[in-house]
Amino acid sequence: MKAPPLCPNIAANVHAHRAKKEYLEPLGLPAERPADWRAKALDKFRELLHERRSLSLYMDVCVRCGACADKCPFFLGTGDPNNMPVARAELFRKVYRRYFTAAGKLAGRLATAEDLTDDVLDQWFTYFYQCSECRRCAVFCPFGVDTAEITMAAREIMASIGVAPKYTTEVIRKANEIGNNLGIPLAAWKDSAEFLEQELKEQTGKDIKMPVDQEGAEVLLVPPSADMFANADTMMGYAKLFYAVGVNWTTSTYASEAGNFGLFLNYEQLQKINRRIVDAARNLRVKRLIIGECGHAWRAAQAFTDTLNGPLHFLQKPCPEHICEFAARLIRGGWLKLDKSANDGVTVTYHDPCNLARGGGLIDEPREILRAVVNDFREMPADTIREKTFCCGGGGGLLTEELMQTRMNGAKPRVEAFRTTGADLLATPCAICKAQFPEVFKHYGVDARVVGVMDLLAKAIVI
Amino acid sequence: MPTLTLAGKEFDVDEDGFIQDATKWDDSIATALAEQEGIKVLTDEHWKVIRYLRDYFQKFGSAPMIRKVTKDTGLPLKRIYELFPTGPAKGACKLAGLPKPTGCI
Ligand code: SF4
Ligand code: SF4
Repeated sequence: MKAPPLCPNIAANVHAHRAKKEYLEPLGLPAERPADWRAKALDKFRELLHERRSLSLYMDVCVRCGACADKCPFFLGTGDPNNMPVARAELFRKVYRRYFTAAGKLAGRLATAEDLTDDVLDQWFTYFYQCSECRRCAVFCPFGVDTAEITMAAREIMASIGVAPKYTTEVIRKANEIGNNLGIPLAAWKDSAEFLEQELKEQTGKDIKMPVDQEGAEVLLVPPSADMFANADTMMGYAKLFYAVGVNWTTSTYASEAGNFGLFLNYEQLQKINRRIVDAARNLRVKRLIIGECGHAWRAAQAFTDTLNGPLHFLQKPCPEHICEFAARLIRGGWLKLDKSANDGVTVTYHDPCNLARGGGLIDEPREILRAVVNDFREMPADTIREKTFCCGGGGGLLTEELMQTRMNGAKPRVEAFRTTGADLLATPCAICKAQFPEVFKHYGVDARVVGVMDLLAKAIVI
Repeated sequence: MPTLTLAGKEFDVDEDGFIQDATKWDDSIATALAEQEGIKVLTDEHWKVIRYLRDYFQKFGSAPMIRKVTKDTGLPLKRIYELFPTGPAKGACKLAGLPKPTGCI
């Protein structure tokens, strides 16, 4: 996509709703900004620089070459210079230089350093919540600077002084208190599972189970809770897949969420939410752990489970495994009987969720599945797929009403790429993408549907 | 917290206009909220969805799975979007006085 004309500050007035006491306190965050907030924020800043060597490296290695500038979907969609990754990072670096470099301490503004003022904090809250932590910029940076890491650090520092979005904190609170982001209680989870069993019976005539809290099952499947609310076909897809190969599996009502909004706020919550999955696997005495169709869930589970909550000796490798890896393995081994023609009549393309393609190395498996179950499968242009994929516009904690303008702007490059395919069905294994694209298509006047990879696989499975 | 006057009574609402205390809901609230959602008249079909959501919420403490709403009310999803332009999880839940479903939806 061509770089847009520069529109300074055009996105400056789009903000997330701020979390109040009732969402901050349960997460152990200050209910309001403390009087000595600057000192506290700088302490946190220092701590993160110390703990995360990559972060301190990113502070110093950027040469401002500008290679990342026109790679960010939110810059391409808005033209706001502060949404160029290098400029976004600069909002953070100028504070870094002021307090953590000799030149900045001495020369201040002359050394392009700036005090951490109320205005700077407001700017942080605006622009670090117009970054979806998609990491596309990092793919193009000759020095490997990952602005998403900077965004994560800025958000963590803000959270430590009680500056956080309502959306993320509310969702984390539900994950902690109820076990999933949507806040679906145990009885409703069971009721929904039973309902889907009936649906499966009607569709296939078979008794396909949707097991809940079944001790001693072989596999614990942790889906995003959105699958048990909005993406019924994906949820039924898992069940049909396990049924087809005779694998005994279960969901857990303690860990009924694969998504991990800790990634969007701070490491403490990331660890805590991830811990539930490990505890559920142990308590249910399963042998294997499989993660459902969710991008950031996969990043959190794959990159952090073993380091934050391991070791996972009690589970069989590969651990965790993504449902697309599992399914692709079965297809390769010839374990599934498939009828591609079940998906005839539609043209399908694939959207790589950022956290699968860039954050989790999961690029070929979903394609393997789609090629095995769809006759008319087409790719979007090469510079917009695989590790160069464009964000759906709703990742990284942005999937909330008040950020709709940001979300639609950020989706623009993706929609342009989608249009070139002529597809009428977009398959993507991520709950956030699945929720975001229907809004995007409506906004841009695109006549297409959005489905999961499991949805199409399940249609083609012959049982 | 913002407040909203509906059918002559004051309610605490969230930033998106969802009433905060589901127990204070009655039919007149749904009618008053309908206008905000761009719905002119609440028809029998609207009420069918609203009552279904209410009952489910009272029984299970959350909004029902969307597929279940369409199945149990007999109204296809397309029709539900015609009735409630912002959809079953937003507009319909708002009118039924349920908390706003948030998460990856
Ligand atoms: S591409 Fe890397 S080095 Fe160049 S401006 Fe961007 S972050 Fe800095
Ligand atoms: S991580 Fe993605 S959204 Fe954030 S600055 Fe980089 S390209 Fe933009």
